Amino acid sequence: MTTPLLSLQGLTKAYPGVVANDQVSFDIGEGEVHALLGENGAGKSTLVKMIYGLVKPDSGTMLLRGQAFAPPEPRAARADGIAMVFQHFSLFDALNVAENIALGMENPPPMGDLASRIREVSETYGLPLDPFRTVGDLSAGERQRVEIIRCLLQDPKLLIMDEPTSVLTPQEVDILFETLNKLRSEGTSILYISHKLEEIRTLCDHATILRLGKNVGECVPSETSARDMAEMMVGSTLQTPERSGREFGEVALDVSGLSVPSPSEFGTALKNVHMTVRKGEVLGIGGVAGNGQDELLGVLSGEIQTAADAIKFNGQAIGKKGPTARRKLGVLTAPEERLGHAAAPDMSLTENALLTGSVREGLESNGFLKWNETKGFAEKIIEAFDVRTPGPENAARSLSGGNLQKFVIGREVLQNPDVLVVNQPTWGVDAAAAASIRQAILDLAAKGTAVVCISQDLDELMEISDSFAALNEGRLSAPRSTTGLTVDEIGLMMGGAHGMEVAHV
Amino acid sequence: MDLGEINPVLLVASLMVAATPLLLAAIGELVVEKAGVLNLGVEGMMIVGAISGFAISVETGSPWLGFVAAAIGGAVLSLLFVLLTQVALANQVASGLALTLFGLGFSALLGQSYVGIKPPSMGEIHIPVLSDIPVIGPILFQHDPILYVGITLTAAVWAALKYTRAGLILRAVGENHDAAHALGYKVIKIRIMAIMFGGACAGLGGAYISLIRVPQWTEGMTAGVGWIALALVVFASWKPWRVLLGAYLFGGITVLQLNLQAAGVAIPVEYLAMSPYIITILVLVILSADKSSAPASLGRTFHASH
Repeated sequence: MTTPLLSLQGLTKAYPGVVANDQVSFDIGEGEVHALLGENGAGKSTLVKMIYGLVKPDSGTMLLRGQAFAPPEPRAARADGIAMVFQHFSLFDALNVAENIALGMENPPPMGDLASRIREVSETYGLPLDPFRTVGDLSAGERQRVEIIRCLLQDPKLLIMDEPTSVLTPQEVDILFETLNKLRSEGTSILYISHKLEEIRTLCDHATILRLGKNVGECVPSETSARDMAEMMVGSTLQTPERSGREFGEVALDVSGLSVPSPSEFGTALKNVHMTVRKGEVLGIGGVAGNGQDELLGVLSGEIQTAADAIKFNGQAIGKKGPTARRKLGVLTAPEERLGHAAAPDMSLTENALLTGSVREGLESNGFLKWNETKGFAEKIIEAFDVRTPGPENAARSLSGGNLQKFVIGREVLQNPDVLVVNQPTWGVDAAAAASIRQAILDLAAKGTAVVCISQDLDELMEISDSFAALNEGRLSAPRSTTGLTVDEIGLMMGGAHGMEVAHV
Repeated sequence: MDLGEINPVLLVASLMVAATPLLLAAIGELVVEKAGVLNLGVEGMMIVGAISGFAISVETGSPWLGFVAAAIGGAVLSLLFVLLTQVALANQVASGLALTLFGLGFSALLGQSYVGIKPPSMGEIHIPVLSDIPVIGPILFQHDPILYVGITLTAAVWAALKYTRAGLILRAVGENHDAAHALGYKVIKIRIMAIMFGGACAGLGGAYISLIRVPQWTEGMTAGVGWIALALVVFASWKPWRVLLGAYLFGGITVLQLNLQAAGVAIPVEYLAMSPYIITILVLVILSADKSSAPASLGRTFHASH
C-alpha cells in the first residue's frame, strides 16, 4: 500500500466546555479529493485549522508523506505545501488583488512579476482576474478566485477548501469543479469541506463524516445516496418540512420602481425593483451575496427610507415610515447578521425580545417597560422554538449561532406578522434546526402571512417558496413560480457565470 | 500698523520650524493608525518627550543625546498604552486619554527643577553652496538637523508603506486583523512595534519644541499640538505627504498670525490666535472630501479567539 499524502491519527482538541475533535483519524491519498462532511459545530473547521497550523492539537499526530508533521504556524504549513481557501474570505478590501496575493505568500516576487504570474495562472485555470483591481469592488465569486490563485501560486500538495461553493452561482460552481478536477489530474490532493451533498457526490473520491467531533463513518460518495450521508451526519432520520396546498389572498406587499443607493461604500444600489407578494405566499429571493440583499432587507424593514409609494402594504404607502411604524402595521423583518443587527449581543434574551416586540406585544406603557410580560414573551419564544439556553436572562452572545437564529426568527414569527421578511433564516444552522425554522415559516404562510425569504441556499428556497426571483447587481428578476423551475434557469436568473470561462488547458 | 516689517524669507523659514513638531508627531501617529490602533495619547507622549529631551541635553550638554532620550521617553510611555490596549485589551480611546493626562502630570513632576534653564543649542546646518543661494538658501538650507529628519521621515514612511513588504503587512493588519491573523501574521507584535514608533516620533516632536523652537521648559508647553496632530492624520486621509502639507499650513498660519499681531493689524488677537486651528482643519476637510477611507480595523481590539 502506498503512503498517503497526509495521515491524521487520533487528533483531539478540546475547548472549555466542548470537545471540538475527539480522536479523529483518517488518510488523504495523493491526488485524491477527500470530502469532510458534518453539521455546523461538528468540528470540521477546528480540524482543518490544526492541519493549517492555526490551532495546536491537544493530542494525536499527523504524518505528511510518512514524516511527522506538526506546523506551529500557518507559515510552516504553507512551506510544507498546505494551502487553504477560507470559508469567510481572508481578504483585505482596501488592497488590490496583487497585494492580497503577496500577503499570502512566503517570498513574493516583485509586484510587476507577481502581476504577470497572476495573469498566467488565472488564464491557465480559467479564472480571469485583473491584478490591480481593488478587492472591495469584486463580486464574491471573484474574491474566491483571488484566494484560489493565491493558493495555486505556491504549488500546493494539499489544497483545503472550506465551503467554497456557498457564495457561487450554479455556473460558477461548475467552473470551480473543472478547476479542481484539473488540479486533481495534476496530482494535487484536495480536502473539501461542505454540507452540500450533491456536490460531494459529483466531485469527491472519498468522504469522512464527523458528528460532534468524532469520526462516525467513511464512504465513497458516488456510491452512497445523499439521504444516507445526511443521516450519517445528523445521526437520526431527517424530517423534511411539509407544505400544505393553499390559496393565496390579495396582494399584501407591493414594491414598484424601487431604487435606492447603498448606505455603505462597498454595497450595491437597488435598481428599479418590482415585486408583489400575496397573502399566504412565500417569495424566495436568491442571488449571490453582495448583490443587494442587505439593501433590500434594509429598505423593506424601514432602516433605509425611500419614496413613499415605492412600497405599499395593503395599498397603503409605507416607503417613508421607519421600522417601528412598520412593525405597528404588521411588517416585520429578521436580518441576516445575528450578532449586532438582529440581536444586541451583550443584552439578555429578555431585553432582546423587548427590542422588536414592544410595539406589537404591548410590552411598554407610557414609556415604562413591563418586565414581567417581556420575560413571559421571551420564555414563550424559547419554548415554542426549542431554543437551548438555561433561561431568558442569558446574554444573546452566549447562545450558539443556531440557537440564537431560532430565537431571532421565533421572536418575529410569534408576533403574528402580516408580512415577514427574513434574510438567510438558516445560515449557519444545523439541519434539524433549519428544518424547524423552515417549517415555522411555512406554517406562518399557511395562516395567511406574506413571506419574503432572502437566501443564498437554493435548496432552501426551492423547498419553501412558491415563487422565485433573483437579485443580480441590485436588479431583481421577474418572479416565477417555483414549480418546474430548473437549476439552469435559476443560474441564468442569478446572472450566469459572471464572465467566468471553463479552463482552457 | 506696518505690514512692510514682515520679512517673507524669515516668515517661510520660521514656518518650517513651527511645523516640525506637528509633522513629527503626526507622521508617527499615521503609522500607528495604519496598523489599526487609535492612540489618543500623542499629547502626553510629546510632553514626556519634551521634558526627557530637555533634561538629558541639559545634564549631558548634548542636544543629540537629548533627542535620543526624547525618542526613548516617548516610546517607553507608549509601552503603557501597549500594556493597556494590546495586553489587557482595554478600550483604546479611554487608554489614550489616560495616557495624555498621565503624561502631562508626570512631565510636570520631572520638570520641576528645569524651569528657567536654557538648554544647549544644536546649531544650524549650513549646507555648502545651496545655503548661499539668495531667498531659497535661507528658506530651505539653513536649518537645524532635526527639521530635515522630519522631512526625511515623511518620505521614508511614504515609501515604506507604498513599496515595501513590511509596509504592506502593516496596512494589512490595520485593514483586517482577523484575516492577517489567519494568514499567520503576528497582529499584536506588529501593532506594538507601530505604537512604539509612534511614541518615539511624538517624543521627538515634543523635544523639538523644548530644545529648538522655544527653547526652554515650561509645564504644558506642547499646548495642544498633539491633538492637532491627531486631527491632521484623519483629515490628511492617512497620506504622509498630505500630513506634511497640513503641518506646513498650520505652521505657516501660526507664524503669520504672530507676525500680524506684532505688526498691529486691527483684528482682535483672539481671532488671530485661533486662525491656525480653524484654517488648517477647514482646508483638510475640503481635501479629504475625496474617496479615501480609514483603515477598516482602526480602534478595534484584536483577540485571537479562534
